[in-house]
Amino acid sequence: MALSNETIQNQLIEKFGDQVLNFSTVSGILSFESSKEINLKVLQYLYEEPSLAFTFLTDLCGVNYPDNMGAELVVVYHLHNFSENIRLRYSVSTSINETAVFTASKLFESANWMERETYDFFGINFIGHPNLKRILNVDEMDYFPLRKEYPLEDQTRIDKDDEMFGRG
Amino acid sequence: MEHQTHITLPKGSIEKTTTTLNIGPTHPATHGVFQNIMEVDGERVVSTEQTVGYIHRAFEKLAERRPLYQITPITDRLNYCSSPINNMGWHITCERFLKLDLPKRVDYLRVIIMELARISDHLICNSIVGVDTGAYTGFLYVMQYRELIYEIYEEVCGSRLTTNIGRIGGFERNFTNTAFTKLEKFLNEYPKVLKEFENLFARNRIFMERTKGTGGISAERALNYGFTGPNLRAAGVDYDVRVQQPYSSYQDFDFKVPVGTTGDNYDRFLVRNAEMYESISIIKQAYQKIQEFKGAEAEVYHADVPEYYLPKKEDVYTKMEALIWHFKIIMGEINLPKGQIYSAVEGGNGELGFYLISDGGRTPFRLHFRRPCFIYYQAFEELIKGGMLSDAVVTMSSLNLIAGELDA
Repeated sequence: MALSNETIQNQLIEKFGDQVLNFSTVSGILSFESSKEINLKVLQYLYEEPSLAFTFLTDLCGVNYPDNMGAELVVVYHLHNFSENIRLRYSVSTSINETAVFTASKLFESANWMERETYDFFGINFIGHPNLKRILNVDEMDYFPLRKEYPLEDQTRIDKDDEMFGRG
Repeated sequence: MEHQTHITLPKGSIEKTTTTLNIGPTHPATHGVFQNIMEVDGERVVSTEQTVGYIHRAFEKLAERRPLYQITPITDRLNYCSSPINNMGWHITCERFLKLDLPKRVDYLRVIIMELARISDHLICNSIVGVDTGAYTGFLYVMQYRELIYEIYEEVCGSRLTTNIGRIGGFERNFTNTAFTKLEKFLNEYPKVLKEFENLFARNRIFMERTKGTGGISAERALNYGFTGPNLRAAGVDYDVRVQQPYSSYQDFDFKVPVGTTGDNYDRFLVRNAEMYESISIIKQAYQKIQEFKGAEAEVYHADVPEYYLPKKEDVYTKMEALIWHFKIIMGEINLPKGQIYSAVEGGNGELGFYLISDGGRTPFRLHFRRPCFIYYQAFEELIKGGMLSDAVVTMSSLNLIAGELDA
């Protein structure tokens, strides 16, 4: 039987009850959320349950919603079931003051660097990660640049004396 | 006789039996800005730590301040061996997000450009594998056909490497007759050259002994490491975005998805080579379909979407409405719908994904690039562990690592 978004949704609700929520189909991909405490349980269930078999982690990234108090940072997982050719989007949110989320790198080797990247840009602290350090930015950097609180430089600023780049 | 060391170590110290070798960030063997801190025992690699990020340019942050059309030049600089695929991937993401319908002719023209880009990408990768195993001839010989591909890009968009080709909704201009003539020349001459190139390597004993059995990976491990594209197919998994989630009318074409078995350097070479033949066949089919269009349909090169596609310059000077759209587009004053989308295309080295989140503003709220080689470069240590240092160099080039894509 072909796997459909409804079947996945029903199976997840059957297993996790009201811990998985906000199901919606956004541009063809079933999306849902859960609390960050059970993210590994959900991912492992999706991975190991033979009828679901979401064994491929396509993408993992962070998003910062500064206005969502208490859930400013979101980790988005894009999963893929190759044999049924169906994608799934799963996200957990966390407060910007307490950014601990369990690592998925034990389940997917590919999550290792993607989590390092997410840590690097958003400061999400992946608990249990084997080597959680900055990956693309310099080690000395003391902020997390993709958070919305750090805007890009104003292109009209005039206080900067920089002959090399045509200012001043 | 007991082994004598000429250095007397302090009592209780442990003698290090391996050598630390620092390869890169710039090294002739790495073809890009890659640093590897390797522990080697003689010529055997014990472990390695890859350092990346030397050419990180914060594309994801930049994209948050730009209207959609200004993000295309950023995507050029991801995998710069096949920029047109990145450009098209981005346009397709935007079009899916904005729910635009494109004329078939635009789809087919895009397929031609994307497959040309795939050929030029695979051509570079395979010929560099040749260079790293000691055969420079192939590399130099096929360069003239990459040059021909670049001339076709030049006819269509005016530039060669960072192409910024196409627009949201179609192409910036119709393909000229020169472009088609050059395409015909390419289709006539290139298959023969590719065959010669293949003969040079595929059954070459030196090449086979250097590449067979080195840098191999099983299908399970490759999937777990997030491999996609030719590297995954070389391990025996027939996953291809063009087949699984067709975009740009790929479902209209008849082509094979070549797969390997062992996932080693040799299989990766063969898969890329076989894909180039499939690309030629796809281009031929697309060109055929384009020639079948009649009348007005044969001149269409963009969809009718005034909100995103720039009007003609003479209209801007003479018509009020065109002037307004021109201004709104250039100044980035078009509000995007709210929502999010993940859309992927089959890039030169795997699934190139764009995850776009919009909050209804003029620029993306968040844009994330799924860069295939960032994800599979993690497996490098596992691929080369226990092998010879010289095999590590070949493995690195056969993975088709592009620093621009890796570091985004």
